Amino acid sequence: MARRTIKVDYLARVEGEGAFKVVLRNGKVENAEFRIFEPPRFFEAFLRGRAFTEAPDITARICGICPVAYQMSAVHAMENALGITVAGPLRALRRLLYCGEWIESHTLHIYMLHAPDFLGYSGAIEMARAHGEAVRRGLMLKQVGNEIMTLLGGREIHPINVRVGGFYRTPPKRDLAPLAERLKWARDAALETVRWTAGFDFPERARDYTFVALRHAEEYPFNEGRIVSNRGLDITAAQYEDYFEESHLPRSNALHARLKDGKAYLVGPLARYSLNFDRLSPLAQQAARDAGLEPVCNNPYRSIVVRAVEVLYACDEALRIIAAYEEPERPFVAAEPRAGVGFGATEAPRGLLYHRYRLESDGTIQEARIVPPTSQNQASIEEDLVNFVESFLDLPDDALRQRCEQTVRNYDPCISCATHFLRLDINRG
Amino acid sequence: MPSKNAKPRLAVWKFASCDGCQLSLLDCEDELLAVAQAVEIAYFPEAVRSALSGRYDLSLVEGSITTPEDAERIREVRRRSRYLVTIGACATAGGIQALRNFADVAEYAAVVYARPDYIRTLATSTPIADHVPVDFELRGCPINKRQLVEVISAFLAGRRPAVPPHAVCIECKRNGNVCVMVAHGTPCLGPVTHTGCAALCPSYNRGCYGCYGPKETPNAPSLSRWLAALGMDARALQRLYRTFNANAAPFREESERHGA
Repeated sequence: MARRTIKVDYLARVEGEGAFKVVLRNGKVENAEFRIFEPPRFFEAFLRGRAFTEAPDITARICGICPVAYQMSAVHAMENALGITVAGPLRALRRLLYCGEWIESHTLHIYMLHAPDFLGYSGAIEMARAHGEAVRRGLMLKQVGNEIMTLLGGREIHPINVRVGGFYRTPPKRDLAPLAERLKWARDAALETVRWTAGFDFPERARDYTFVALRHAEEYPFNEGRIVSNRGLDITAAQYEDYFEESHLPRSNALHARLKDGKAYLVGPLARYSLNFDRLSPLAQQAARDAGLEPVCNNPYRSIVVRAVEVLYACDEALRIIAAYEEPERPFVAAEPRAGVGFGATEAPRGLLYHRYRLESDGTIQEARIVPPTSQNQASIEEDLVNFVESFLDLPDDALRQRCEQTVRNYDPCISCATHFLRLDINRG
Repeated sequence: MPSKNAKPRLAVWKFASCDGCQLSLLDCEDELLAVAQAVEIAYFPEAVRSALSGRYDLSLVEGSITTPEDAERIREVRRRSRYLVTIGACATAGGIQALRNFADVAEYAAVVYARPDYIRTLATSTPIADHVPVDFELRGCPINKRQLVEVISAFLAGRRPAVPPHAVCIECKRNGNVCVMVAHGTPCLGPVTHTGCAALCPSYNRGCYGCYGPKETPNAPSLSRWLAALGMDARALQRLYRTFNANAAPFREESERHGA
C-alpha cells in the first residue's frame, strides 16, 4: 500500500458546510486538511456604519445555534467601549440566558450529532429506534435549555430581548418559578447524561494541548474573566490581539487562529473544564469524578462527557440564579454614545468568542473584529487528525473515515461561525 | 406496515445562512420523532449522515445564493424536488448578507480576509426565487417552528399552508399589547412587517425590527413619515429597512429613499 486517501466532501452532523481530507503515504499521514467551503457573509464589513445598539441583533445572525454567545460578546464589548458596567440581577440574568444556550447547544451536540458516532448510527432519528429513551431524554433536556432562552430572550433562536446595558424587559420573579421546576428535572436528566456518555467506548488517545479559556475569580466562566492558558498566559480581552493572530489559507473561507509563536491551541469544553475544574459546583465535580474524568482531560474523544458535565453545571447554576433572583429596578443601564474601542470575550458553548469594536462619537461602528471559537480550533482539529489517524490505520476505509469524522466532531465545529472560517478528504498514499 | 419507500421523502438544504432555520426543525422537540415517523428524512446533513440520492417529495431550502457553485446547486435541488419551500429570510429575501448588494463586495472581502483572492463569491446575495421556481416561501429570521410544522403538514396533505400575510400590528392588537409607537414613541416596523413571530418585540417593550420582512401591500412611505416625526433621521431610517430583509423589494425601495 503506497497511497491512501480518506476524504469527506460534506461533513454531516456539524453546523455548516465543511470537509476534510487526509493523505497517507506508507502508513504515515502526509497531510491533513480541514476545509471550510461555507460561503462568506462578511459580517465585519457590513457592521461598519451601523449603530452600536444594532451589534447584538446583527451578530446573533452569525450563528443560529449560539446566538446568545454573539449577543453576549457584543454587549460586553460595547459596554467596555462606553464605560458602563452591568451588575446585580441584570448580570445574573445574562448568566441565566447563557445557561440556556449551553444546555440547548451541548445537548443537541451530545445526543443528536455526536452520540451516533459512538453507538454506530447515521443520526439520532435512526438511533432512536434502539435508544428511544435516551433520545427522548435528550430532546426534553434540550427543550429546557430552549425554555430558558424563550422566557428571557423571547425566542430560542435569535432572541430579541438582549440590548447594550441589559434587557428590554426583565421577568417578574414569579415567572421564573415554573422554570425552576423544569430545571430540577433537567438536572437529574443531565446527571443521567453524564452517566450515559461515560459508558461509551473511548479510544485511549491524548495530546498535550494548549488550553485557552476564560477564568473568573469565583465562577465557572460565561461572560467575564481573564483569558488564561495552561502555559501561563493570563491576559485581559483587550490584550487578545497581542497574543493571538489569524491567518488565511487558500483551502478555507475561515481564518485560522494561532498563538503568535505559531502554536495551535484549543478552546471549548475541554479547555474550560481543565482550566476551571475547581470552579464547578460540587455536584458537577462529583459527577465528573464518578464518570472517570480527572480534573484535567486531554482525551478529546471524552469531550462528550465533559459537555455533559457542563450541561449539569448549567442546570445547577440556573437553579442557583433563579433562587437568588431579585427583580431589578430598571431593565437596563443607560449608555451614552462616545468614541472609543471596546473588547469583549465570553465563553460560547464551543469556546472563547472575541469581539472588538471601534466607535465614532455618535456610536456608529467604525471597525469590527470577531474571532469565533471554531476558527481558533481549526489548527488543533488538523493536528488531531495528523496525530491520531496513523494509530487507526488497521481500520478499513469506511470505518477510518467514520473515525476521522468523529475526531472532527469532538470539537462540535460551528462552521457558519467560522466563515470567516472550514472541509475533510482522507488520502492514503 | 407500509414499506419504507411509501413515506414521502424530505430533504433539508443549506446555502448561505446561519443554520438557525433548519435548527428550528430540531427544536421541534415534541414533534420531531412524530415527523420522522410520517416522512423519510432522506437528506439532512446537519442531523443525519446520508448520501444524496434520487428525488425528494419536499425540499426545505435555507440560505441565499452567494457563490457561482450555489447558483448551480439550487438548480440541481429544484430538479430533484417535487415541492420546494424556502425557509427563512436568507432563502426568501437574501438575508443580512444581502447588505453587500448596496456595497462593493471586493471591498468587503478585503476588510474581512487577508487574502481576498482566495475568496470566490458573487457580488450579490439573492433569494432562491430569483434562481428557480419556489412553491412556498416561509418568512422570518428565524422562522417560527409552529409555522414550519404547519408547512410540512400542509404539503404532506396536499393543501396550501395556513400562514397569514398580514401585519405584525394585527397580532399585536390581538395579544392586547399597548402600542409601543403610539404610547411610548418607540419606532416600530410592525405596520409594514409580515406577521408570524407572535408580535414578540412589542411584547418585550421594544419596536419591531422587521425580521419577517414586508407584509403583503405594505405602505412603507407612510410609516417613514411617522418615524421621521418621532425624530428618526435619514440614516437611521435607512438602517431600519436594511437589516435581515434588506433586499426584499418594499424594504429595499424604501431604504433607497432615505440615507445620508
